[in-house]
Amino acid sequence: MSVSTVADAKDAEIATKAAHIALTVNGRVRHLDLDLRTSLLDALREHLHLTGTKKGCDHGQCGACTVLVNGRRINSCLTLAVMHEDDDIVTIEGLGSPGALHAMQAAFVERDGFQCGYCTPGQICSAIGMLAEVREEWPSHVTIDVASPHIALTDNEIRERMSGNICRCAAYPNIVAAIRDVADGARR
Amino acid sequence: MRPFTYERATEPRAAVAAVSRAGAGAKFISGGTNLVDLMRLEIERPTHLVDISRLPLKDIEELPDGGLRIGAQAANSDVAADRRVRTRYPVLSQALVAGASGQLRNKASIGGNLLQRTRCLYFYDTAAGCNKRDPGSGCSAIDGVNRMHAILGASDACIATHPSDMAVALAALDAQIESLGAGEAARRIGIGEFYRLPGETPHIETILQPGEMITGVVLPPPPAGRQIYRKVRDRASYAFAVVSVAAIVAAERGTISAARVALGGVAHKPWRSLEAEAALTGRSATIATFRAAAEAAMANAVGRGHNDFKIELAKRTLCRTLAVATEPS
Repeated sequence: MSVSTVADAKDAEIATKAAHIALTVNGRVRHLDLDLRTSLLDALREHLHLTGTKKGCDHGQCGACTVLVNGRRINSCLTLAVMHEDDDIVTIEGLGSPGALHAMQAAFVERDGFQCGYCTPGQICSAIGMLAEVREEWPSHVTIDVASPHIALTDNEIRERMSGNICRCAAYPNIVAAIRDVADGARR
Repeated sequence: MRPFTYERATEPRAAVAAVSRAGAGAKFISGGTNLVDLMRLEIERPTHLVDISRLPLKDIEELPDGGLRIGAQAANSDVAADRRVRTRYPVLSQALVAGASGQLRNKASIGGNLLQRTRCLYFYDTAAGCNKRDPGSGCSAIDGVNRMHAILGASDACIATHPSDMAVALAALDAQIESLGAGEAARRIGIGEFYRLPGETPHIETILQPGEMITGVVLPPPPAGRQIYRKVRDRASYAFAVVSVAAIVAAERGTISAARVALGGVAHKPWRSLEAEAALTGRSATIATFRAAAEAAMANAVGRGHNDFKIELAKRTLCRTLAVATEPS
């Protein structure tokens, strides 16, 4: 590994302009030579050619670049690829395939949860991460009492928790319906 | 983005030594949600990054006095969801979930939240004068579009606000910041002393010394009273505060026995109002008392044009928060 770990300062090996790193994406270990400035998003799209993850604003404001890292949703545009060695990264390509859709992908199709589709991979990764957060009973801004140990997943909760994903076509009502279908299905 | 070198720290003292060794161009990076954006815009131009995201500073621990210590590398979402924080410090949990988005809260660290930079549009616009970004270049906000800017504690050099919701709750909770200095000396800083007002040097935002790293946040035992964070913003979610209030109020038989008040979106730092607290303590929990406290909190407020409305908005937001905090349960 050419990225140093500073355990003993004297032996520190410092990555200069580029680094040879290994990223685990959709269960596969991928070796890459990257300029240190490369965002996780650009590593996925430009180097691994996993173009399902989209670049919208590149500032963390739109959510189109959302991926799952160690099971949690993050904005891949606001993090450096070199910081993600040893992490388990899942993109839209790792969730399902045309013949075997993930339940959330199928629900978006069923409910027509998109128009142009550009934000959709980010919406789907975000929704999957969000439902995991609800299963862990995390509170949100619209939770009446944050001290309450149980979270009731109202539509208002879904909207609040998905506010980091912008849909310029405004397919929001159908996105909420798709997520609700999956949440209710998981509960049965 | 300018080129930089990179190393990863696995131990706090080694991280501090690494930044110290690399000199003035070195920065710590953790969640990166603010720093990577600012680097892309070339507002931040570090020549060396020390990655502290893997330091073993993620735990939330019980303290013997009944308080909590939160590791600086804990994610915002982990702290917001922690059972002890939710039940004993609900104002902190409420403030955290009022900020940013789910994705950002999963990545952003507690230490990084404290040190995030202002979202003043002129700070972001590299064609504009900004004493915070480029000392001596002037302040374009003072005569510019300053709707989001400070009404308290500002200077002619800078009227930017601190963007954190979390820090407002921490101000009300009298939190302390734990840090490790370049000489490897650890210290604790009260949040009231941690942030600086802009004065003539708005680019210096905290009293941290170069190379000093935040290692944790200490919460004293929870104060008596009901805790509420109320945020007013331009849309229902995922926007910075126009005005926010963190209040912790204890009332017995209609009389306020103790009160803590902090405001966000109004100043260069989370704004604790001892004046409002003094106007509340020992008084009856009535709208007249709340209004008097609000007047006291805003006695020295100065508008800059577009943000004049924030003075009255802050008063009303404080009154409403106090009314909810003192409602009979």
